[in-house]
Amino acid sequence: MIPLTDFLIVSAALFCIGLFMVVSKSNAIQILIGVELMLNAAILNLVAFGKYDRLNNGGQLFALFAIVLAAATTAVALAIILNVYRRYKTIDPNKVDKLRDE
Amino acid sequence: MSLVQILFYIMAFITLASAIFVAASKTLVRSIFMFFITLFALAGLYVLALADFVAITQIVIYVGGILVLILFAFMLSGRETLEALQKQKKQFISVNKTGALFLAAIFFIVLLNMVLKVDADHLPWITNAIQTKNVIAPINVTTDNIGINLMTRYLLPFEAISILLMMALVGAAHLSRKEQTL
Repeated sequence: MIPLTDFLIVSAALFCIGLFMVVSKSNAIQILIGVELMLNAAILNLVAFGKYDRLNNGGQLFALFAIVLAAATTAVALAIILNVYRRYKTIDPNKVDKLRDE
Repeated sequence: MSLVQILFYIMAFITLASAIFVAASKTLVRSIFMFFITLFALAGLYVLALADFVAITQIVIYVGGILVLILFAFMLSGRETLEALQKQKKQFISVNKTGALFLAAIFFIVLLNMVLKVDADHLPWITNAIQTKNVIAPINVTTDNIGINLMTRYLLPFEAISILLMMALVGAAHLSRKEQTL
């Protein structure tokens, strides 16, 4: 079988790529993709450990919950991004620096 | 080295390579489409971890839902975004990236160190699970067990998630409507 350590290494690398995207990108959609990568790294860990829980299926079920939560978060985040674009005409988080009443 | 392991390494390579491409790509649309590949390869990794139901859910929700949503938002946010993005890419080639790269590398080293130290295959509860045969075998059908657990043991989180999903739906619809009285 595949050792758990390999899963953990792949997921650590994926998490760090996501972290790099979140820190370095200047576009809100790309930052969102970075967050999705980090979430997927966590889900990969849950699934890999979930193999050792046949009766209760804890890991797999919480992976499902995490996927659904990610979908909900993304919908709200994209709505916010669209609103920000409508108001500021840019989705660069560095340039969105004013509150509603200036 | 068995066939499963070879497949695992191929899938892991595809995942990481496409994720690196997503992070390094200059154009946004190309990185979004490469993100498709990353998610599909991750679903393959889930299958190799014997979680086929999670893999199908990953494909249905992530590839069918989230990515289409991201593309949709990108198409709605117009051409100025893309031009501003590319202008910035030309100005700062790698000046502001070194810090992020450094941070990610340091974090990766820390994580790798921890993963190698913890020795996940010989954790007490995992050896216990192997001894009591609480391990999912490739011949097991897990989907019906997941359904039973979802309706009994994990009913409360399930309901909480459903309420949260409805709230997120209402919130997203409220946020993305045309501005009238806001």
